[in-house]
Amino acid sequence: METQKLIKALAVDARRSGMSMAYAWSVAGFAAIAVAAIVFFLLLGARTDIADAAQTVRFLFKFVVTIALAASAFTLLHVMARPEADVRRTLPRLVVAPALLLAAIAAELAVTSPDTWPVRLVGTNSLVCLTFIPLIGIGPLALLLAALRHGAPSHPALAGAVAGLTAGGIAATFYAAHCTDDSPLFVATWYTIAIAMLGLVGALAARRLVRW
Amino acid sequence: MDDRDLAQLFRAALEGDERAYGDFLQQAAELVRAWARRRTTFGRLDPEDVVQETLLAVHVKRHTWRTDGPVMPWLYAIARHKLVDALRRLGRQPGMDIGELQDELAAEEAETVRDWEIDRALEALTPGQRSVVTAISLEGRTIAEAARSLDMMETAVRVALHRGLAAIAKRFGRD
Repeated sequence: METQKLIKALAVDARRSGMSMAYAWSVAGFAAIAVAAIVFFLLLGARTDIADAAQTVRFLFKFVVTIALAASAFTLLHVMARPEADVRRTLPRLVVAPALLLAAIAAELAVTSPDTWPVRLVGTNSLVCLTFIPLIGIGPLALLLAALRHGAPSHPALAGAVAGLTAGGIAATFYAAHCTDDSPLFVATWYTIAIAMLGLVGALAARRLVRW
Repeated sequence: MDDRDLAQLFRAALEGDERAYGDFLQQAAELVRAWARRRTTFGRLDPEDVVQETLLAVHVKRHTWRTDGPVMPWLYAIARHKLVDALRRLGRQPGMDIGELQDELAAEEAETVRDWEIDRALEALTPGQRSVVTAISLEGRTIAEAARSLDMMETAVRVALHRGLAAIAKRFGRD
């Protein structure tokens, strides 16, 4: 088929354009949060002393970090779904959550005595954390990958990893309401591993699924 | 034609203006052809295959263009993605030996019927889709004419064309 004839056929199909990316992302975003909420309340639920916990800075700061991660990764995902995205310029947005966490670690190390650090870091919930953050996040990840597939990322694996970080941020935000380990040392260790697992799954899945 | 004119055509096309869309694709094809020729001088890759694959990707992914942004960075990013893809496929193929190469050179000199990559994707369509795509593109019929000759509703022709083009875009270059 010559190019002229191909153009003719494409032009006749002008009216049927796909769903806009803005719409696809808002549907995927809302659905991801809804799925995470359902899985969280079915499997875990909030900790019983949440009213008291909400009075402490450590507990509240967990949400600052996880929401910052989810939000920054999600906006980055919007950019990366377009073919012309300049990854080198947009990727630095992701430093927000790690920077907040590093500041919190510095504060924790300053106000607590060194002999309590191992206990704070190991906590009591590390296995629960490593199990449930991926479990809550896998559904949201699938939804975000579906939206990414609708887009046209020039770097599918990298975009998939960012989808994993977004799903991880959403899952960790819910999980944080259950977990009784509030030290930034615990969060920086176990949350990071759990979220990185979702990032890896996102990258591997996107390499296969997000081809165009 | 500068980027602003091209963007204007594309915006009109996205609102369903078939003529504007045809003009836009024409301009896009010329830009990508010049771009691809400079990058395929060395080997067995036909720039026109890259042009066609890019146009198909432009078509199925046109909702990823930001209507308030420039067109060319978006267009060339798609072309680059498709060129890289084509080179990667070529790299996976076993190399030709001298005998085959001579055959190919002889064939090129004889100006035989061109071997279009897109036709392989066309063959993989369902019979219904293929007859609609063929009627519109190769035979140059309008939707109404195609509907009459194939004894279909016009909407059904449009749907078959839409799905057929999406399937070609997906299959292009993949066996």
